[in-house]
Amino acid sequence: MIISVASGKGGTGKTLVATSLALSLKDRDKVQLLDCDVEEPDAHVFLKPIITRSESVSIPVPKIDEAKCTYCGKCAEVCAYNAIAVFPKHILTFPQLCHGCGACSYLCPEKAISEEGKEIGVVESGYSDSLKFAHGRLAIGEAMAPPIIRQVKEQANNVGMVIIDVSPGTSCPVVEAVKDSDFCILVTEPTPFGLNDLILAVETVKQLNIPCGVVLNRVGVGDDKVEEYCRKENIPILLTIPLDTEIARLYSRGITLVEGMPQWQESFLGLLDKIWEIVNERGSGTKR
Amino acid sequence: MKEVVVLSGKGGTGKTSIVGSLAAIAQSKVLADCDVDAADLHLLLQPVTQQKHEFWSGQVAVIDEEKCTQCDLCQDVCHFDAINDFNVDPISCEGCGFCFHICPDEAIIMRENLSGHWFISETKYGPLVHARLGIAQENSGKLVALVRQQAKQIAEKQGFNYIISDGPPGIGCPVISSLSGANLALLVTEPTLSGIHDLERVIGVCHHFGVPAIVCINKYDINEDNTRQIEDYCLGQGVEVATKIPFDNVVTEALVEGLPVVEYSQGKVAQEIETLWQRISRAL
Repeated sequence: MIISVASGKGGTGKTLVATSLALSLKDRDKVQLLDCDVEEPDAHVFLKPIITRSESVSIPVPKIDEAKCTYCGKCAEVCAYNAIAVFPKHILTFPQLCHGCGACSYLCPEKAISEEGKEIGVVESGYSDSLKFAHGRLAIGEAMAPPIIRQVKEQANNVGMVIIDVSPGTSCPVVEAVKDSDFCILVTEPTPFGLNDLILAVETVKQLNIPCGVVLNRVGVGDDKVEEYCRKENIPILLTIPLDTEIARLYSRGITLVEGMPQWQESFLGLLDKIWEIVNERGSGTKR
Repeated sequence: MKEVVVLSGKGGTGKTSIVGSLAAIAQSKVLADCDVDAADLHLLLQPVTQQKHEFWSGQVAVIDEEKCTQCDLCQDVCHFDAINDFNVDPISCEGCGFCFHICPDEAIIMRENLSGHWFISETKYGPLVHARLGIAQENSGKLVALVRQQAKQIAEKQGFNYIISDGPPGIGCPVISSLSGANLALLVTEPTLSGIHDLERVIGVCHHFGVPAIVCINKYDINEDNTRQIEDYCLGQGVEVATKIPFDNVVTEALVEGLPVVEYSQGKVAQEIETLWQRISRAL
């Protein structure tokens, strides 16, 4: 089973939930944590994994053989991202804009374009005790996260539980990380920002046809509008975590909730049981 | 006219709360919400929308079943695995048009994509340009560029001195689009190990694009050892720590009331944000 942990709003506690869920479960099942927040991966700060493998991620960008190029302009015409500009006796490529679709090299009538790998980041994998771990890192100055997310997700093995830590937001990196999950946990906080962004996140997972539930973090200040919304929309609140300075301090030191306060393990196992129930119910529902 | 963009790397460090308060303090400015896929600034500024525009960007491939002879060529060439069983998954399709160009049956059309909306609004603190990227849409970087361009036009036309932009989390496409060509980046961080890790990366991005940065440590008293570590790191990087804001529930209370915190309380948090604006305007 694949469970992704997303949120819409940043800083609501995705990594806290993903790491504690993974650690709670690791004595009971084979667990793998994939940190797909490749712009700002933080799960390793808490899990301190031993990295055993590192592979670079590159996207194919055009390399022009000017000896063959006749400056016909076909490549610039087909490029949807304006990553190639052709002048009467000169051609320029803009690798930062290239999505690596391959159209230019395939369609060049002179076969003057080859694809050259351009490194945009790395994927590192390893383990932390019995927990398997992988994350991706987008290189500084690079724009495109999805190819790295795809490569992190290729590390998923098909046995046991895969937990995916997702970046904040609702756009392409989030979709890339969340899609193909069996369930998505949406972590939020009881504030107007938390509610606004939760609504967007719910719409996103609905579009992907993935069932979801909410973890409500830092309960104590704020208001009860998130709970109202969840009740109205029939979205289960799977777990609530109070606003607690001790939890914040543990987090600030890079200590996971279940390691710092082991009594939480039971709550996270309970969270998982609720998810199983929802996923199984849905599975039998679609079979019927 | 000078532009400051507020970034953080890590989400949830307090960017929008601080921008809301800067909006209330600063004179002669336009506000821009560049976090187009989870925009929140409007919740503090209570804007009245004056203009709403569609944001058409990119294309999506659509296969005409009648013309398709199921030759499979499109599936073979697609680099994004967006075509399965002669159907295009619009979420995976990046609109490159490779399939459209090579289809021997001319069975693929590229459909223009409505990717979101953008707005020009009036708030009691001045004009706000903001946007809403459609659910699961791409091209957030282009929409950010559009928001900034509109904010700039308003500032120029009406003779404002500043643009204050609320940026997105992360370091990728929309962040780069928010940052390029700005005069200053205000980096809001928190004294947690993950906050520090993410701050280092976003400082790297500012250096990479040659935009000067200053730092605000929010909730600095949650872990004062980590706060000192951030101060030492910034010193080494030649980045000024402009202010340290203490943790206080008034920030959340103000948010629940839909008010910038400086309009809700006159305590230490509000004072530090006032100091922050002085530092920003000096750095600009």
